[in-house]
Amino acid sequence: MSAASLLAEPSPKQSSYWDDVARRLLRDKVSIACMLLLALIVLGALLAPWIAPGDPSMGSVLKRLKPVGTPGHILGTDELGRDMLTRLLYGGRTSLLMGMAPVGMALLIGGTLGMVAGFRGGLVNALIMRTVDVLFAFPSVLLAVAIAGALGAGVGNTLLALTIVLIPPLVRVTESATTQVRSLDFIEAARASGAGDGTIMRAHVLSNVIGPVLVYATSLLSVSIIMAAGLSFIGLGAKPPTAEWGLMLNSLRNAIYSQPLLAALPGVLIFAVSLGFNLLADGLRTAMDVK
Amino acid sequence: MSSTVVTAPDFIVDVAGLRKQFKVRPERFGAKPKVVHAVSDISFKLAPGATLGIVGESGCGKSTVARLLMGLIEADDGDVRMAGLQLSQQPDQLKAMRSKVQMVFQDSYASLNPRMSIEASIMFGPVVHGVPRDEARHTAHDLLARVGLEPARFAGRYPHEVSGGQRQRVNIARALALKPEIVIFDEAVSALDKSVEIQVLNLLQDLKAEFKLTYLFISHDLNVVQYISDQVLVMYLGKIVEIGPVQDVYERPAHPYTRALLASMPSMDPWRRTQAPPIVGDPPSPIDPPSGCRFRTRCQFTAQACAASEPLLQAADASSSIDHRAACHMLAATAGTWQPLIADGTEGAA
Repeated sequence: MSAASLLAEPSPKQSSYWDDVARRLLRDKVSIACMLLLALIVLGALLAPWIAPGDPSMGSVLKRLKPVGTPGHILGTDELGRDMLTRLLYGGRTSLLMGMAPVGMALLIGGTLGMVAGFRGGLVNALIMRTVDVLFAFPSVLLAVAIAGALGAGVGNTLLALTIVLIPPLVRVTESATTQVRSLDFIEAARASGAGDGTIMRAHVLSNVIGPVLVYATSLLSVSIIMAAGLSFIGLGAKPPTAEWGLMLNSLRNAIYSQPLLAALPGVLIFAVSLGFNLLADGLRTAMDVK
Repeated sequence: MSSTVVTAPDFIVDVAGLRKQFKVRPERFGAKPKVVHAVSDISFKLAPGATLGIVGESGCGKSTVARLLMGLIEADDGDVRMAGLQLSQQPDQLKAMRSKVQMVFQDSYASLNPRMSIEASIMFGPVVHGVPRDEARHTAHDLLARVGLEPARFAGRYPHEVSGGQRQRVNIARALALKPEIVIFDEAVSALDKSVEIQVLNLLQDLKAEFKLTYLFISHDLNVVQYISDQVLVMYLGKIVEIGPVQDVYERPAHPYTRALLASMPSMDPWRRTQAPPIVGDPPSPIDPPSGCRFRTRCQFTAQACAASEPLLQAADASSSIDHRAACHMLAATAGTWQPLIADGTEGAA
């Protein structure tokens, strides 16, 4: 059989695991709805400078706290007379960045640590896992508040604080998934082929561990978004006049009796994003559950 | 042909004094850790092109021997030379050894990465050893064709998309991809259907001749071992109890344990059904093996000497030139008491 003829007739059944997962995920209506909702919000945030009707920091004392539906300000204005729709779109940029970036960073750091701990076992495992246990001893929100408080307010410090808080659970999930894979024969067969630990981890462990870890990271996105907004709400995250959903929720809370719908808008978005990621994680888990 | 094994000048496998103990976590804190004597003083030699069958009950240390020889676990003691190389845990030497010695595992599904296509699994070893990807892919396709799996249909498939017998063929192809001289089969056909098993065994015989391989064939199935092996090594609780040419061992087993194993083979003759099992119960725990001869607790011929000292391997029949040895104090007393059970073509001398 020559190489040319092999290229000419591809194998009829070449469905990889991930093709199957994607197909199953796209058959799930809830997951599709979540993906559309999240795509809408993320796109709105990304394209804010081009699609927003106004300037997020331009206020007018005369137009304070206009209700939802006011001509020229579809979603009303905030306590300083700034256009709410504009603020919500720009706020998404900060809120989504503060919520998603820490998960990404924690996934990279925690995933690597967890894989090394699970694969090497023994002393390395004990060292990494016991350190993680110490961080686990603190309630996550409290730890985030403590770190952000110690570092001072600001987007960068919030990112750092949230990353530190999210690393322990990701280490733990990756470690337990790796420990399960490590004892399987194909790892031993790979070792018998002469592969080193690094190669085995890259070629054999990663592909088998990444599924459950990704599902978990997706569900952490919703937690992280809420924590980021929470930190801003209590003044430890983004600083005014930056548009940020948690911060907007705080500054509008005085208007909750006069304009309840207006005051609830940032909260609705935080809720929608958080729920979206949570349900998507559920859908992903179901889609990955092959056997 | 087995007598040539004895006189051959070099051996491709030379194992001397192989020993492995596993520590068991003590039941309470501070207690002295217990030790499992998994493999105790195993020595054997094998000529190029031969097949050594290793038999014994589950837990007797067969698989530990395989893992020790592959360098997957480190031996406590012993000297292993295979294909002209000495086994060590030094990474470079271990990697060199791995292109000479390969292994096929029992569980055909667990031994293939479920997220890797069959082709990628076979290519993995050669690529690790620096073979260019295109060349490795070409070899993988050739090997797939050689083990009876059409590359165009199977190369891109994943392990869950093929049957058990096909998966074990893939594992065999993977083991051969590194062009080894020695292949260790750890219960490699035990999980297969009987009809598939014989196909795979015949394939193994063909591959052995074609690639000039030497086999170490671990199995609990005495029929399979008889079919494929030239030499047979019987293990009990981590020790060799009998070793010799397969025909001689099956016809004139010297050790009571070997006799019991052979007697418990289901008979093919309906008029001579296997009646009462010749040995009962489980082997004693390898954590605290019996003193002296480890088989004495289940043996029908025990004497005082059996508890006092460990029997050494000695010639099963001093008058014969065949290298057939057994470790039993009662060899002289039990000689000639064996009644062959199986009436097939190879019988007659007894």
